[in-house]
Amino acid sequence: MATQPNVQAQDLLRIVIVGHVDHGKSTLVGRLLHDTGSLPKGKVEEIRAMSERRGMPFEYAFLMDALQAERDQGITIDTSQIWFNSDKRNYVIIDAPGHKEFLKNMITGAAQSDAALLIIDAVEGVREQSRRHGYLLHLLGIRQVAVAVNKMDLVNYSQERFSEISRDYRAYLSGLGVEPTFIMPVSAREGDNIVSRSTAMDWYDGPTVLEALDRFTPEALPGDLPLRLPVQDVYKFDERRIIAGRIESGRITVGDEVLFSPSNKTARVKSLETWPPHAAATTRAGAGYCVGITLDEQIFAERGDLISHVKNAPIETDVFRARLFWLGREPLTPGKTYKLKLNTSEAQVQVQNIESVIDTGDLSHTAAEQVERNQVAEVVLRSRRMLALDAFNDKPATGRFVLVDDYDIAGGGIISMEGYADQRQLITQRSTNIVKVEHGISEEERARVNGHRGGVIWFTGLSGAGKSTLAVELERRLFEKGYSVYVLDGDNIRFGLNANLGFSPEDRSENIRRVGEVAALFARAGMIAITAFISPYRSDRDRARAAATDIFHEVHVCADVKTCESRDPKGLYQKARRGEIKDFTGVSAPYEAPENPELIIDTAGHSIEECLAQLLRYVETNFSLRTAALRKAN
Amino acid sequence: MNHLDQLENKSVFILREAFNRLDKIAMLWSLGKDSNVMIWLAKKAFFGNVPFPVLHVDTGKKFKEMYEFRDHYVKEWGLTLIRENCPPIEEIDPSLPMAARSAARKTAGLKKIQEREKFSGLIAGIRRDEQATRAKERVFSPRGEEGQWDFRDQPPEFWDQYKTDYPPGTHIRIHPLLHWTELDIWRYTQREKIPTISLYYAKDGKRYRSLGDEDITFPVESNASTIEEIIAELQTTNISERSGRAMDHESEDAFERLRADGYL
Repeated sequence: MATQPNVQAQDLLRIVIVGHVDHGKSTLVGRLLHDTGSLPKGKVEEIRAMSERRGMPFEYAFLMDALQAERDQGITIDTSQIWFNSDKRNYVIIDAPGHKEFLKNMITGAAQSDAALLIIDAVEGVREQSRRHGYLLHLLGIRQVAVAVNKMDLVNYSQERFSEISRDYRAYLSGLGVEPTFIMPVSAREGDNIVSRSTAMDWYDGPTVLEALDRFTPEALPGDLPLRLPVQDVYKFDERRIIAGRIESGRITVGDEVLFSPSNKTARVKSLETWPPHAAATTRAGAGYCVGITLDEQIFAERGDLISHVKNAPIETDVFRARLFWLGREPLTPGKTYKLKLNTSEAQVQVQNIESVIDTGDLSHTAAEQVERNQVAEVVLRSRRMLALDAFNDKPATGRFVLVDDYDIAGGGIISMEGYADQRQLITQRSTNIVKVEHGISEEERARVNGHRGGVIWFTGLSGAGKSTLAVELERRLFEKGYSVYVLDGDNIRFGLNANLGFSPEDRSENIRRVGEVAALFARAGMIAITAFISPYRSDRDRARAAATDIFHEVHVCADVKTCESRDPKGLYQKARRGEIKDFTGVSAPYEAPENPELIIDTAGHSIEECLAQLLRYVETNFSLRTAALRKAN
Repeated sequence: MNHLDQLENKSVFILREAFNRLDKIAMLWSLGKDSNVMIWLAKKAFFGNVPFPVLHVDTGKKFKEMYEFRDHYVKEWGLTLIRENCPPIEEIDPSLPMAARSAARKTAGLKKIQEREKFSGLIAGIRRDEQATRAKERVFSPRGEEGQWDFRDQPPEFWDQYKTDYPPGTHIRIHPLLHWTELDIWRYTQREKIPTISLYYAKDGKRYRSLGDEDITFPVESNASTIEEIIAELQTTNISERSGRAMDHESEDAFERLRADGYL
């Protein structure tokens, strides 16, 4: 509808206009179009005539609010796009509505933009939506933000008022770690500092709105980041089997060895297919291109796989932390399952925990039972299968997702792996040409000789919950009853088998993986292996269970943080509170309680003797052949 | 990556998404410059194939040149064509202004196809810059059973995640050209050497900028007789593309009413 843009390569900048309702977004856009001579012939006259017919004063905002329904309600319902150009380049303006209930449309508009213009009313000052929109721009990854303090004519072009609002808003943004690129005093209605410099505000010597926009740069495509190519589809229209997808970051070259995650298969790129066929074959492509590749061998690949190089592969995990905005009709609740869409992959995810809801007004975090529509929150999500992804701060395009509730996109979020391990190393089988050897002695034979079955009794719980105390005492009592039993304790294992591991999330997970495997070997040898590790991650414990299969007994040694902290047998809580220990479970790192443990021992409510009695009963019932025989006889 | 490459790749991504996510899709082929670009993009997306039928909703009142173009390129491009006659004007809502009523025949024709074929997705070549109402559209835009568009409550669309989950009975309009402008279309047509109908080029000081039914579409004053000249003309014009389409100008909400009822 505006003048056709004079397009040169990469010369288009997408701008979103946001701000509180009635602060003058549509008016500013109308003025911008008018003053740059971008309106079609007769458009202003058309709108003027329409206003007269309706007995309303002419408003520049009517240009944008083209829908009948919007004119009637006097507010912008949906996001709308319009083209204009300055001497420097072409622009697409995305006008996003300011009404709270229309947040999904604001996000729809803002997510497509390179830069943002945020408008604040000089009379009303910084309002709820001014802050919320600023926050969401940050969350959506838009780093170029200009702020226009509008309606300066209504405050007599007061420098003092302008400084006050600038101070206010700068203070808010700095809480997010954002520095606004420009803050400008303007009047959209009067045309001050929009395209031409205002004569009413000589005290201001910064850029006009148009000059500010001209100083922004189009967002560069992430060609320098590691390769990420999500598989969108696999085509077999003819003899070629073409794997199609768009390169989100990095580059791909014919001959590259590529890795498919999370299936972890590798193959070499045989060709890059194109139509119409070129005389010279295409041999490489970079970020932003939709490509089709063929491989040198026919490995199974499907939509949702994430292609990378073998080096710099994506993270593999079944649990992650996210900061999300919620748009759903129903609130987001813990325990509920949603469909996750992450690039082209889909998975069922469960809300494991709502860490906090964030007040976008003062940036405070508070605990919450659920996340309501239009709220921002930090949550932990768990998937039923392994996912390939990245942390948003490292690779934005593969570090963000949406959640689908029922049929609707109900929220969007960015991924952080803080406190959680990349599980890729844990699930990778490196050795090839290995074959399992059958044992000559069966587990039944061993059990008959020992008088009891072998198994793993896996204690999990906070530091200070009583795991080691109970494990050592249980070992003694069982030994005296004739059981073949051995305790694997955290610190002891770290002196030897796991001496090469530290305390990063990855090392902690590897620590538990090894203990799980060793415990399973003890159990297969006919013994009862008792382990005493915090083992805070559900994924790690599930892997330990998988190693021992049906002879794994998870025991939640349970006491609240306060009780554990008052015991503090190793003085660790004190150190953690002083900040001397990073990522301390229960204080500064998560503890994921078991969902269905075989046994729960409440050490806060019971004495050590009571707890031991409970454990001994459990072992007698589940491991002793004598008890089993008695049960059968009865 | 230059501007035309950016546009092309975004459209290819959308077409592949529609083909993968929806069960049964078809592409609307109006024979105009935009829908020819769309077919070209499909051939790029699917490596020379157009793996779904193209629909021509025939009012029976198109220009002769358009029918000739259709019959030639169905063969040359290897398309599967589904053609449907529109119902006569007498069957259309008489409260609509004259030209809009005539255009609404197309909506009715489309409904007929939909009743028979039950496509879950229809790919349409509308653009945001054509008309203010179209500027509000989504790339994946749900329609009710009767094809209606609820512009008051549209799904959120961000990070290239489109709404692809629907209750039974709804179908989707997919708009792979939404982000293109008229000038983009011509520049791309020029770069890719995509065939176009001769009516777009000036004869005797007039040319068509937009093609519809012969009786409600009018040429604009122009001497642009080549693509280069059209591009040069578009860079300076202030006249809107659809100015020659009578139904847009009869009343201020006629086009919006048409669209809410399922018009493209």
